[in-house]
Amino acid sequence: MTDTSNPSSSNGASSGPPMLEVAGLDARYGEIQVLRDITFNVPTGDVVVILGANGAGKTTTLRSICNMVTCSGAINLDGQDISRKNTADIVNLGVAHVPQGRGTFPELSVLDNLEVGGYVRKDSLDDDIDRWFQMFPRLKERKDQLAGSLSGGEQQMLAVARALMSRPKLVLLDEPSLGLAPLIIEDLFNTFRELNQESGVTMLLVEQNANLALDIAQHGYVLEAGEIVLDGPADVLKNDPAVQDAYLGA
Amino acid sequence: MATAQLESRPNILVDNWQRILGFGVPIAFLIWYIADDVVDGGARLFFQRLFDGLDNGAVYSIVAVALVLIFKATTLINFAQGELAMFGTFLAYVGAVTLGWQSFTIGPIQAGLILAIIVAMIISAAAGSAIERVLIRPFDPSDHLPVVLITLGLFLILNAFAAFIWNVNPRPFPSMFPDRTNFIDVFGARLFYDVIGTWAVLGAMGVALYFILQRTKIGLAFRAVSSNTESSRLVGVRVGRVLMFGWALASAFGTLGGSMVAPKLFLKPDMMALLLIFSFAAATIGGLDSLVGAVVGGVTIGLIQSLLVGYLGDNNSAFIILSLAVAFAVILLVLWFKPAGLFGTSRVERV
Repeated sequence: MTDTSNPSSSNGASSGPPMLEVAGLDARYGEIQVLRDITFNVPTGDVVVILGANGAGKTTTLRSICNMVTCSGAINLDGQDISRKNTADIVNLGVAHVPQGRGTFPELSVLDNLEVGGYVRKDSLDDDIDRWFQMFPRLKERKDQLAGSLSGGEQQMLAVARALMSRPKLVLLDEPSLGLAPLIIEDLFNTFRELNQESGVTMLLVEQNANLALDIAQHGYVLEAGEIVLDGPADVLKNDPAVQDAYLGA
Repeated sequence: MATAQLESRPNILVDNWQRILGFGVPIAFLIWYIADDVVDGGARLFFQRLFDGLDNGAVYSIVAVALVLIFKATTLINFAQGELAMFGTFLAYVGAVTLGWQSFTIGPIQAGLILAIIVAMIISAAAGSAIERVLIRPFDPSDHLPVVLITLGLFLILNAFAAFIWNVNPRPFPSMFPDRTNFIDVFGARLFYDVIGTWAVLGAMGVALYFILQRTKIGLAFRAVSSNTESSRLVGVRVGRVLMFGWALASAFGTLGGSMVAPKLFLKPDMMALLLIFSFAAATIGGLDSLVGAVVGGVTIGLIQSLLVGYLGDNNSAFIILSLAVAFAVILLVLWFKPAGLFGTSRVERV
């Protein structure tokens, strides 16, 4: 394993061209402006985290990328403008979204959930299913069970595995720690780190759990009331007094 | 801890004693009341009513399956389902009778008629998906009222349109099965070949649906959309196309159901009105989102009509009125104990 105690220095890909560039993003629900001039980058091969309290606009930011909310601004994936594409096309271009609350298909079996995850692919899914079953053995044990019958932690694993089935370039994770026990959260974040470092999956993570998120991320942004108020390398943010006050409970 | 859980486990008999008493006493009384008639009527009458019930039940099942397909995809009840089926059956009539395809047979097989029905099913499928695209899609799916009003409007439009083109007089519709001079004798009761045929069609439809939903990619997408529409979008499913597919399937199977029932009822614009009510009842009993439930519900309603109502009211004019009431009573009974229907998903999720 690479040096995990200081992840920000463990990844050399940060210098590459950004996987995702968001500039001047505005979003509103009716009269209420939720995002104001959001600008950030996700470098290829990195984990970037967006921190923020409830209602700061984290989920809306992720949903804007997949064109699930009405928004304006520039959104480029691998240099290609995706701001006007529909959700299915964006998924086809390699973006996978693990929504808040996991978003599994409760009435479908675990196996079917994974197959739906690979919906945009035309080749065989068997190798990938095997691979994620190896990483999440508990899903394999429950492969014929309905997803709705899984525990919260298992559902979150399923949601992640399902997202990876499409072989995405970029995974958007919306508060994966929500509602999970601390030990399971730690497991999950170790899995994210592994996926990033060994499989090179680029991730944009939205979290309230700043401690763990900054541990696996290279770069972080802090979102407050729809505006980015702070950004910097993960280890710098971790030691920033404002961040410590607001999100690390120090 | 364990004992506490045991104690708190719901006991259906204890927790529902008022309901059981409320429904049980009248039901016990009913059974006691008709038991005599069943014995007096003998085996012949019993089997005849059983076969009649299975016959009607199969038709209710087919239409109920169409309703469930649309409900699964969109969680809305398509009030125009019956009229779509009626219109589709008229299209089959145009092919089979007006254009004269029915004279084309291969041995005992009514190839021309079957072809006319298949063509009508394909046209219905295209029309169904067009309706989704043009009339349903523009409206917010989370707001059910406008969409329900649209399907109700569609009901009236199709009905009026059919009456305008084909007038309201009942027309005989050819059957693809041997006529009712052919039957199997069971204790003197007549099991007609067309009853067996209707069940064969229902069976074939079940196999086809199972294959489409469980073994094809569009079927997987359909199940995904009916389970979680937003997540389906996020894995790249084009939800609109899947909904069009659901409407196409439902419309095609509705036309199939209409073509099964038309030889028995005669073809006319209001042919499906009553049938739709019973099919609603069937779908509700089954749980609205369960295809198996729709079939079980259809047979239940069919049997209740022919057995219970048959033995209760011997004169024919009261039969239909009474059977409507009984269908409703059965819906109440099922929903009282199982709000999600016998086979429906009650949407319990662990968090």
